[in-house]
Formats: sequence, structure tokens, C-alpha cells
Amino acid sequence: MKNKRILKLVGSVCMVVALALTLVLVSGCTAPYEEEEGPLSIGIFQIISHPALDSAREGFKDAFKAGLEDEGLSETDVVFVERNAAGSMDNVYTIADYFVSLGVDLICAIATPCVIAATTAVEGTDIPVVFNSVTNPADAGIDDWDEPGGQVTGVSDMAPVEPQIQLILDVLEPNGLTLDKLGVVYNAGEPNSVYQVDVQLADAITALGLAVDVVKATVSTGADVPAAAQTVVDAGVDAIWVPTDNTVVAGIEALVGPCEDNDIPLFAADVATVERGALGCWGMDYYDVGYSSGEIAVDILLKGANPATIPIETAPANLLYLYPDEAERQGVTIPEDLLDQATEIIEDED
Amino acid sequence: MLEPTVVGHLLGFSAYEGLVYGFLALGVYLTFRVLAFPDLTVDGSFVLGAAVVAVLIIDGVNPFLATLAALGAGLCAGLVTSLLNTKLRIPALLASILVMVALYSINLRIMGRPNLPLLREVTIFSLASQLPGLETRLVYQLVGAAVLAVIVFLILNWFLRTEIGLALRATGDNEQMVRGAGVDTDKTTILGVSTANGLVALSGGVVAQAQGFVDVNMGIGMIIMGLAAVIIGEALFRPKGVARLLLAVLAGTFVYRLVISVALRLGMAPGDLKLITAALVIIALAVPYLQKKIRREWLPPAPRW
Repeated sequence: MKNKRILKLVGSVCMVVALALTLVLVSGCTAPYEEEEGPLSIGIFQIISHPALDSAREGFKDAFKAGLEDEGLSETDVVFVERNAAGSMDNVYTIADYFVSLGVDLICAIATPCVIAATTAVEGTDIPVVFNSVTNPADAGIDDWDEPGGQVTGVSDMAPVEPQIQLILDVLEPNGLTLDKLGVVYNAGEPNSVYQVDVQLADAITALGLAVDVVKATVSTGADVPAAAQTVVDAGVDAIWVPTDNTVVAGIEALVGPCEDNDIPLFAADVATVERGALGCWGMDYYDVGYSSGEIAVDILLKGANPATIPIETAPANLLYLYPDEAERQGVTIPEDLLDQATEIIEDED
Repeated sequence: MLEPTVVGHLLGFSAYEGLVYGFLALGVYLTFRVLAFPDLTVDGSFVLGAAVVAVLIIDGVNPFLATLAALGAGLCAGLVTSLLNTKLRIPALLASILVMVALYSINLRIMGRPNLPLLREVTIFSLASQLPGLETRLVYQLVGAAVLAVIVFLILNWFLRTEIGLALRATGDNEQMVRGAGVDTDKTTILGVSTANGLVALSGGVVAQAQGFVDVNMGIGMIIMGLAAVIIGEALFRPKGVARLLLAVLAGTFVYRLVISVALRLGMAPGDLKLITAALVIIALAVPYLQKKIRREWLPPAPRW
């Protein structure tokens, strides 16, 4: 009986030692333990490793390092504590809590679940949270873009609209066309699209000083896209623009046909849609999304800005995708100077 | 790193996680161990509970009612799995995979979109934070989880000792014998699998309220966590008796989450986290076997699942 108890005890001890050893071994041969020291510490975490999110993270770090140099400091004055939830949602809150218990000076949250977990975790502290790669800040509990109001602000990866409208002008004018009527097709049930059309598009038209009549056609499912296409075509629009709307983009082919038949140029708001029959769009680089959020972090940590009053930014769109062959079918020729600027030119597959 | 406050916070947070995910582990324990029913519904019913809680709370329903509703939704999910198994004779593994897959669509339908925030809504934790002495996030989350855990523990401890609870436990041990004794094992299976998924959904509902959001993908890997927690609990504490078994499962979840927390804190490369999980379960499984081997006891062949 005594023997058994000793065995049991030895077993338990072995187990704990083995656990500790595994941990030390695995951590020892993969990532060095980071010293959480230095005047500033920033916790950066992302939901999963993914090319877009990884470059957003690098952009954040580069922007912050550049900000330090501008302030006469050096890269050694900040410690980035980088963590990755490896795709497990249950680890997101654990990491956010870790950052808070560590007392980091700022948390950079990449993608929506990380922002929400960080927002929950920083409750009762004064740690600011800067996010990026979140399309709709409302998903992270922020309703007011201009004045987020809490300790959370950042950069949305929602496509900016003004360059998209500028692109339409840049294509139409050399072809001797004017933009008097713009057709917009979107799903009124998608908050992202409603925001892009009602707020961003209206702002863009004002900012560019245009007098454009916007013809809206809404859909509720992909099956409504052909009817919506017909509506805008019948209205005699000069061009059609589609926001980053999941429903319409999924059924974009139903718009491409009528556009080709009636010589109406079709413009998109995301680069993937260009390959499927839109003639062009300005897209964004996730490095820039991250970089903009890094600049916000600089404003907060080095310049004393209050996150509650820092407006949510959108990233600059500086990747130009064009599809000249499709443009010909839609009755326009893309001017040479635009083609020269293009990041990527899509060609017909034979 | 090893300041007492840091260690204290780590232990406290792991204790909170051990309790909220412990409900899930208790569910897994009930199906896999007590009923010997390999139930993979868990990955779906966890999110189901979270989705139901989120939608109801956003609609302004009392958070305690919403949490109960999550439990009810989980019961229904388990009911479907067990009916597929007992009435349509679909193998348990397949039946539960089917329900898990179907739940993905259902969860999306319930939520309306893939991610729902619960920030600034009235949750059981935000109510707990208004009590005197519970202002700190870690404290009110831990206390809230502990109160729930005590309730769940007392109910389960009572339930598994009742006549029907005994029949349920016996079903997993020797179904033929239980049938011989005149118990309808279909009924005990249905009861057990439903209860288990109710617990899993409860866990999902509580986790959603604590972390402040539901994501349709948050169930991925939950079955592995539950199994690992059960196995670690059994191996570490070698419990005898219902009460100790239940406590061992909760303790196993605590140890599991503690190791994950430490791994995350050490800054392991993201891809290595899963390796730790696997290593942890292998160790937990191997230690009791090796001990028996040292004692030269008779060892049964390895089970197939």
C-alpha cells in the first residue's frame, strides 16, 4: 500500500517534470525567450499566419521604428512582443490577457477577433489598442469612425472610394466620355457596402467636385444581380461601380454580360474582381494597412495623442489593377499613362 | 518574469479558463469516458452555445436566461446526434460529424454573419463586475466562472448518482449487461449525449460572454482540448468516485490551459503550439502505462479509439 502511494507520487512528479521539460525544449529550439524590457513595449498579435496579416504586422513595426527615429530615439527603445494565436480562437483572449498582465504600453491587434479580445482585456486599464486589417470597425464595437471614443482605434482595410471614382474619370475622359450618371449595385444588407455607398461614395463625389447622379440598385441575394444590372443599364448610366460587396462580387459575372452588351465600363473596389471582368480598380497593400496603424501608434505613444479622438483610417490604395482586353469589350480603351502606372495588367486567357 | 504577481495572474487566468472550458471537458468526459460514445458534435455545439447567447444578449435578453438557452440549444444538438445514432443506426462517430458539419451552417444562420461582438452588452460577467469587491476583470471572471462551476458540479454529482445516472454510467461499461438488466440503453445514450452537448454549449456561451465575441470558427479544436483535459485529469489525479472524477476533469482542463498559457507567454513559434498539445496528451497517456509496466501489472492491448 505504501509502495503504491510512493509510485503514485513519483508518477505525478515525473509528469510535471516531463511537462516542464517539453516546454523548455520546444521553446528552446524554436524561438528565443524575449526580454520584456526597454522603455516601451508593444504587444502585437494576430489570429493566424497569413501573407496579408504578416505584411500588415511588418508594416506596423517599420512605421513605429521610423517614428522612433524621427523622435531622436532608436530601434532599441521599443520591444515588440509578438504572438500568434495559430488559428485557435481560444488562444486569442489568452494572449490579450497576457499582454495586459505584462503591462505593455500598447497593443496592436491584427484582425477582428484579436481587436475584440484586446478590447475586453484592456478594460479597467489605460492600455491603448491600435488595430489593423479589420474591415468593419463596427464588428469590433466601434460605431463612430471619426471619434472612436474609447482606447481603441486603428486602420480599416475597407477600400477607399475616392481613388476608385478618380479611376473612372481617368478612363472615361480620354475616351471622350463624361461621368454624369454612375450606376452602383450592392446588397443593402451588408453594412460594409451601405457605408461605402452612402458615406464614402458621397464624400468622394463631393471631394472631387463632381456633379454625378448616382443610380443605386440593391440586391438581397446573388439571384437578384441580373435584375439590378438591368435597372442600372436602363437608367442609361455612363459607368457602373461595385463596392466590396460579398453578394454582388460573388455574382459579378451577371453584371459583366450587360456591361459588354451595352458598352458600359464596369469598375470594382477589390483587385480580385478585376480578373473576373471589371476593367480596373485601385487596391491596397496590407503592408500599408499595417504601416498606417504603426503611425497611429507613434502618435499615441510618442506624441501623446488620445486614441479616443483619433479617427479610424483607411489604408491608401496604391496598387492599380487593370484589364485592358475587358475594357475594349466594354467599349473603352484604357489610356497608356494608366497602363504605365499599373501594378498588374490582367490579360485574357486563351 | 517570475514575479509573484505575474505567476499569480497566470494561475488565476488559467483557473478561469480551466473552469469555463472545464464545462466542455465535462461534456467530453460524459460522452467519451462515461458512455464510451465518440462524440465529435462538440466543435459545433460549442459555437452553437456561443451564438445563441450572443444573439439573445444583443436582443436584450437577461444574460442568465441566454446562458440557459445556450444550454438548451446544446441539449438539442446532442439530441439530434444521439437520435441519428440510436434510431437511424448511424455510427456514433459519423452521426456526430454530420451534426457538427450541419451546425456550422446553423450557427452562421443564427449569427447572421461570421463574427458578432458582445462588447458593452450586459453579460453575466458585466453583472458580476458590479458586485462589491469584484471590480477587477480577472477577479469577476474567475468568481463568475467558479459560481457556475459549483452549480454544474453539484447538479452533475447528484445526477450521476441517481438511478438513471447509474444506468447511464453502466451503459458505457457494459451495454449488453445493462440491456439484460432491463434498461433501455437507447434512452441512456440519448440522455447522456444530450446532457454532454448541453454542457459544451454552456461552455461556449460563457466563453463568448467573457471574451466579448463569437466567431463561427471558434469551435475548431475544442474536441481535442476536451479530450486532452480529460486524459490529463485522469492521468494526474487517478480519481476514484464520481465527485473526484468530475473535479479531476476540471483540474485537467486547468493544467491544459496553464501549459498553453505558458507556451504562449514563452513566445513559441505559432506553428509549434499544436506540437505542445500533442506532446502533453502523449505524456499524459504514457505515464500511467509506464507506471503499470514498472509494477509488472497485466496490460490490456491498446484501444482502437
